[in-house]
Amino acid sequence: MDVFGSFALVLAFVCAVYAFGGGIAAIFTRHPLLIKSTRQAGMATCGLIFLATFSLEYLFFSDNFSNAYVVAHSNRDLSTFYKIAALWSGQEGSLLFWSFLLAVYVLSVLVTYRNKNGELMPYVGVVMAGVQIFFLTLNNFVASPFKALASAGADGVMNYVARADGSGLNPLLQYPEMVIHPPNLYSGYTGFTIPFAFALGALLARYPGEKWIHLTRKWTMIAWMFQSMGILLGAHWAYAVLGWGGYWGWDPVENASFLPWLTGTAFLHSVMMQEKRGMMKVWNVWLVFSTFLLCILGTFLTRSGIVSSVHAFAQSSIGTWFVGFLVLIITVCFGAYLKNRDYLKSENQLDSIVSRESSFLFNNLILLVSCIAILSGTLFPVFSEWITGNRISVGAPFFNKVNIPIGLLLLFLTGVGPLLAWRKTSTESLKRNFGWPLAIGLVAGVIALVFGFREIYSWVCLILCVFVASTVGLEFYRGAKVIRARAGASFLASAVDLTLRNTRRYGGYIVHVGMVFVFIGLAGAAFNRDIQKDMQVGQTMQIGPYTLLLQGFDSKPEKNYTAQRMNVEVLRDKKPLMMLYPEKRHFSTNEQNGTMVAIYSTLKEDLYVVYAGDSPETNLPVLHAYLNPLVKWIWLGGAVVVFGTLVAMLPNRRAVLVLAGAPQPAAQPLAHGLTPSVTLREGHD
Amino acid sequence: MKKQVKFGVGIGVIVASMGFLAWLGYGESKTYYHTIAELPTLTGAAKGQRMRVGGTVAPGSIHRLSGRIDFVLEGEGKTLPVSYIGSDPLPDTFVDKSQALVEGHPSPDGRFVAEVVQAKCASKYEAAPGGSGGAAASSPQRSSM
Repeated sequence: MDVFGSFALVLAFVCAVYAFGGGIAAIFTRHPLLIKSTRQAGMATCGLIFLATFSLEYLFFSDNFSNAYVVAHSNRDLSTFYKIAALWSGQEGSLLFWSFLLAVYVLSVLVTYRNKNGELMPYVGVVMAGVQIFFLTLNNFVASPFKALASAGADGVMNYVARADGSGLNPLLQYPEMVIHPPNLYSGYTGFTIPFAFALGALLARYPGEKWIHLTRKWTMIAWMFQSMGILLGAHWAYAVLGWGGYWGWDPVENASFLPWLTGTAFLHSVMMQEKRGMMKVWNVWLVFSTFLLCILGTFLTRSGIVSSVHAFAQSSIGTWFVGFLVLIITVCFGAYLKNRDYLKSENQLDSIVSRESSFLFNNLILLVSCIAILSGTLFPVFSEWITGNRISVGAPFFNKVNIPIGLLLLFLTGVGPLLAWRKTSTESLKRNFGWPLAIGLVAGVIALVFGFREIYSWVCLILCVFVASTVGLEFYRGAKVIRARAGASFLASAVDLTLRNTRRYGGYIVHVGMVFVFIGLAGAAFNRDIQKDMQVGQTMQIGPYTLLLQGFDSKPEKNYTAQRMNVEVLRDKKPLMMLYPEKRHFSTNEQNGTMVAIYSTLKEDLYVVYAGDSPETNLPVLHAYLNPLVKWIWLGGAVVVFGTLVAMLPNRRAVLVLAGAPQPAAQPLAHGLTPSVTLREGHD
Repeated sequence: MKKQVKFGVGIGVIVASMGFLAWLGYGESKTYYHTIAELPTLTGAAKGQRMRVGGTVAPGSIHRLSGRIDFVLEGEGKTLPVSYIGSDPLPDTFVDKSQALVEGHPSPDGRFVAEVVQAKCASKYEAAPGGSGGAAASSPQRSSM
């Protein structure tokens, strides 16, 4: 099966080279058969990558311990679930998995547009094949997952050898999130290849108009959604597994996953400027280019060990390949831009500082400032070594100092931006749209002050969250009111109807609400508390309203590890609430330990308990308890963001003709100036 | 023209204030990387900086004392005695022969006082090419952040 897999990979490489070279020839000759055959070569590349991936997975499931990768990342007792995840737990396999996910996207694109956009698709196909060639080069020649174990026999001939058992999967990865976090994050990373291919293809082809933006909108959103989920699942994994009570540490690899998310978010917003007003064309193209470059950079940072990180695979020579690829992409992008930049001329100028355009502009500006700050902070050790000879790193205070104000500014724009009019907004409409939300936000702020809220950033965050939620609520309320007046349905049904008529606008609002939830959760971090104590059986410790009582401990042998488990009873106001079982796991296969955190999570706060080993002085087990307010809102917000993105991807439902008897919408005199346009706003907004 | 000036001022204010905050954050959190061999050669102000040092934990050198954990880091043929005084428990991967990254200050008596220790298990996560364990700072666990 490993021979089969290697062959599939070599053939995939050959097909990709043909799709690339033949594609270029097809662009110049316009020969229909050549166009068709290169497209099919692209499809074949994908099919072969699937075969290679399945054959590696087969090696895992058949416990084939003659394959070096399987030996290093699996063992017989490993559960089925983790044998799937073992595929991407190491360098070689995760690169193959990159190719696999990219192939899923490429195949979907090739199939979706096989009979459409004939002018553009050969260019797109060439760019996609180019990216595939790079990864297939790594899969085939640099980091092959199909290396067999061999040793020289007495006669000097190399013989295949098989081990009795593998050395097992890293305990840190034996956690459910580790099965779903990487596929999500990689789907994000790989997914941005598609908008990149379309942007570069359209620029090279001088493809008319904004069509490439319409074509790539859904692909960008899919990638963005996966990236968002990947980041949050990663944060949750760090929270639930690493046992340090936090979810984000500005670790280089965390940052690397966040960077393309920032530029991708900026892109999703600024395309609206291009669609509506024909502006920011150069900006948008470069945003897509940078997003893709940052995805490659992220993949590179994870693998090269160039900056130290919790996640890094190994220090390896593979970095050189990535640097080469990055330089190549930048060169190609610059070349294409310089050659065809006249095609990107803006049709309009900014009219007013209080307008939708300017809110997008500032949204983009601060997302970019954040991105540059995080990027320079992450790469600071590298750059400082180049420039001064000293390797200097910066830590969490640097990232927090810049990004907290940026986050708050962004939150403010989230509330303001969508309600500003294009071109210019009148003072009148400002009052109408923001009067109430602002008042409600400030009232919330005053109430919080009275209740002893003293953390300035969290306090501002709270006001802004209430403000944004109110603006969104008001939008739904007004829109639904119009529909209700016409159709007479219930308020909720009207709101659903409203959403389905303009999924992009209202789906976007739902995403914004999700972000508000995330911000609520982040604001809670200012109030985190923790306590650590050596515990005798029967002893208690107090944190916030909770009393933790150590009832005892036991040892629980499992198939793949032995767990040392603390039985902790949680009491609240002297009443028993529940049991928590923080544990330490010992994996005998590779003599490694893992920590399992026990969390009691409510919307108000998380009680987070870690068994931190035994105290050297007293020989007693040490419990470390954290009280982290509002953390659950982050995960909840993530779910809402995903839901909103899915809504925004739905096609708009056509406005249903209203039954007889309902008044004409235009004839209806309304107090709120913006609402009559609800029906007019349908479509892209 | 007035419009452009307004945008210019807005953008300028944002960029400048972020730059200022970044500079503050940099001053607060900058940490120098040094190798064990470099430490004795540091002079003057360089000695007082916050720094990170990487190395391999000498087998049998971990002693858990009250309020601190002592161990010895090895690298490039040199050794460095370290006292970890942080409150967080050391990561599960911190064992004999594991690669560790310590962060803190050198004290006048030659010991290194660490507030943060990161450790990377020696047997896993693939060996660094060339086997130069000391500087390899990748760590699958953090003890503090």
